[in-house]
Amino acid sequence: MSAQTTGPANPQNSSMAKTIWRDFGMIVVLVVIFILCSLLVPRFLSVPNMKALTLAVSMTGMVACTMMFCLASGNFDMSCGAVVACSGVVAAQVINLAAPVFGGAVGMILGILASLGVGLLVGLVNGVTIAYIKINALITTLATMQIARGFGYIIGDGRAVGVSVEEFFALGTKSWLGIPIPVYITIVCFAVFGTLLEKTAFGRNTLAIGGNEEAANLAGIRVSAHKLLLFILHGLMAAFAGVVLASRMTSGQPTTSQGFELDVISACVLGGISMAGGIASIWFAISGVLIMGILQNSMNLMNVQTFYQYVARGLILLIAVIFDKYKQKYM
Amino acid sequence: MSSLPADYMEFVHISKQFPGVLALDDVNFSVPQGSVRALVGENGAGKSTLLKILSGAHPPTTGHIRIADREMAFEDTTSAIDAGVAVIYQELQLVPELSIAENIYLGHLPAGSMFIDYRQLWDKAFENMRMVGLGDVSPKVRVGRLSIGQRQMVEIAKALTRNAGIIAFDEPTSSLSSRETDVLFGIIRQLREQNKTIFYVSHRLEEIFEICDSVTVFRDGRHVATRRTMEGLTRDMIVKDMVGREIVDIYHYHPRPHGEAALKVEDVTGPGLASPVSFEVRKGEIIGCFGLVGAGRTELMRILFGAAPRRSGNVEVFGRTVDVKAPADAIRAGIMLCPEDRKKEGVIPGLSIQENTNISARRHHLRMGFLDKRWEYDNVMEKIRALAIKTPSQRQLARNLSGGNQQKVVLARWLAEKIKVILLDEPTRGIDVGAKSEIYDIIYRLAGEGIGVVAVSSELPEVMGISDRILVFSEGELVADVPRAEATQEKILSLALPQESKKHFRGEEI
Repeated sequence: MSAQTTGPANPQNSSMAKTIWRDFGMIVVLVVIFILCSLLVPRFLSVPNMKALTLAVSMTGMVACTMMFCLASGNFDMSCGAVVACSGVVAAQVINLAAPVFGGAVGMILGILASLGVGLLVGLVNGVTIAYIKINALITTLATMQIARGFGYIIGDGRAVGVSVEEFFALGTKSWLGIPIPVYITIVCFAVFGTLLEKTAFGRNTLAIGGNEEAANLAGIRVSAHKLLLFILHGLMAAFAGVVLASRMTSGQPTTSQGFELDVISACVLGGISMAGGIASIWFAISGVLIMGILQNSMNLMNVQTFYQYVARGLILLIAVIFDKYKQKYM
Repeated sequence: MSSLPADYMEFVHISKQFPGVLALDDVNFSVPQGSVRALVGENGAGKSTLLKILSGAHPPTTGHIRIADREMAFEDTTSAIDAGVAVIYQELQLVPELSIAENIYLGHLPAGSMFIDYRQLWDKAFENMRMVGLGDVSPKVRVGRLSIGQRQMVEIAKALTRNAGIIAFDEPTSSLSSRETDVLFGIIRQLREQNKTIFYVSHRLEEIFEICDSVTVFRDGRHVATRRTMEGLTRDMIVKDMVGREIVDIYHYHPRPHGEAALKVEDVTGPGLASPVSFEVRKGEIIGCFGLVGAGRTELMRILFGAAPRRSGNVEVFGRTVDVKAPADAIRAGIMLCPEDRKKEGVIPGLSIQENTNISARRHHLRMGFLDKRWEYDNVMEKIRALAIKTPSQRQLARNLSGGNQQKVVLARWLAEKIKVILLDEPTRGIDVGAKSEIYDIIYRLAGEGIGVVAVSSELPEVMGISDRILVFSEGELVADVPRAEATQEKILSLALPQESKKHFRGEEI
């Protein structure tokens, strides 16, 4: 009887190298891309551009945190872009209605709560349908995406809803120490959800479910309840991002964030989070979001037309998923 | 037993090597035309592999098949079909959405210039349907609307249109009513009169005495015996051929004291069980569960663990009724399960040994809601040592481990829990002999600590080697509870084989 060791003669060293590459490989890629853009793209490495860049990725960054959990559990969510739009409109409408009655501060709180309520509701519907009724996640969230988008238009009466309380704009537009508030929020999200994934049973169980759902069930994880919670978290996060966006735009816009869900999923997958589930790390999410952001920002600076940008982003995603496939095979 | 030159077909020195398993070992026998040959043996004896070779699904590693003095080594299923071989599997190969006629002629539908000539198709199909007793059904009916028995007839009709001279049936009656079985036997007799060569695989020995002309027995991939006539042959003689292996003691069994009831199962029913099951496992006792595939053992384990719904009955752990709705409830009640299919249900292949080991018990060791790094590391290292898991590192992914080490990782997962009862489903399947006896030692150690152990196994020597008592299952029923001292291989296997009389009785009741 022989001890089972696979791989080359020195498994310990090679598996260490593999582990390091697996965990931090995309960070290396990120750094290389950052340096290349700094050298090659004029005005890239400047304070105003860095501000614009980080602000631009902050929304994707926030929602990528919870999308990472969905993907890690072997699911995904197409409805988050529509939830961003719908919750922004709801926030704007509720603030406008409540502020004259209860005052600006209370109105704002009610608006934010109502908008989080939208996220909670969509997450609940997604979660129950996917985890308990066991309907495919793609179909379910495509349906809720259209429902949420529709309600955004209905509640906003088809138009952008300007917010009447100016204090509300602070969340999205103010800066502290020269850095916009949404960037701080995103950093906090990365820290919180990174810790949740790495250092809690909740995070580890998420990976176990994505890695082998039946085995996770037989190991005593309450799989359905867990998935429901993931979708609720994700709905709440998307709704919160919607509030931040509405604040930044000073209005709730039902047309905003079309295809946002694809940006988020692309970023996560580009960073190395597996679409098949079971493989995720907050570093993957961070590097994916930043790589996407830097490439887009650079294309803007180089005046690449929007139409070409679509083509470029699609190609990048395609390369990323093919890369993901090989990673699954060899790591 | 030397093959007569007159025999129509012959298996010549057929061996089949799968990675790690020699499924068929130099199988050599022959069959005459116009007769029905039974193929019998325990699970994994090699019958299914032989059918796969006959149907061309697996080419043999060495050897060949001789049909009417022509040597054949089927590379694929098409060449087997062309040679006139039809294998009718338990899971029928029909398309439920298509009509009977379309199914019968699938692959060579009669075509006009461009479109299917349906008139011709229906006429030709109906001709064959009449021959298999489907004369009262329209060929236009969708197969999905037929009973299982009728579908089997469609499959036979399909074989007839291909002019098959050799027809093999794999457990054909397992889902048939006794009336449908009679119809099937009538057709088989007709086929015999038409000088076809027929193979009949079944665990139901009574059926074999009813329909077969001769019997070939397999054991552990080898051809053990061919009885060329049923005259003077008894059920006991066949069972003896099936089990007659020498037992090498790798089990090192020694008796332990038993205490009060650790697990008490009363009238439990659920999916896969034909009648309520009741039994008791005492503290420190090892109960073996034996049965053929589909006997209901795995299903019972899953019900007890909450992985399948319990429809009725009562389960007690140390005198306390436990309400298990999900595996998480079972674990909290002290019932653990090591599942049958380790790769699919046991380990999470993409996670490390550490993650796989700590996944359940870590909930007792959280610090302010966060994982306790110290405990996580200490626990996995302790279990790796205690169970001798062979790995360069606790960070090794579970998918890179051998079957034996994966099994140990699943065991390790439960060792940090408060185990009262442990259910082991096929604990040593696919594990090499050395690792097997290590697993047995772990089982004895657990029982020695006062845990109630239930071990399901399809390996008769294993069940007899490690158990204090043996529960025998057959067709979803617990049919016997045999103390170790009274267990013989013949007795246990004989109990596990389905009883014809019982089936008839059930058939009338329904």
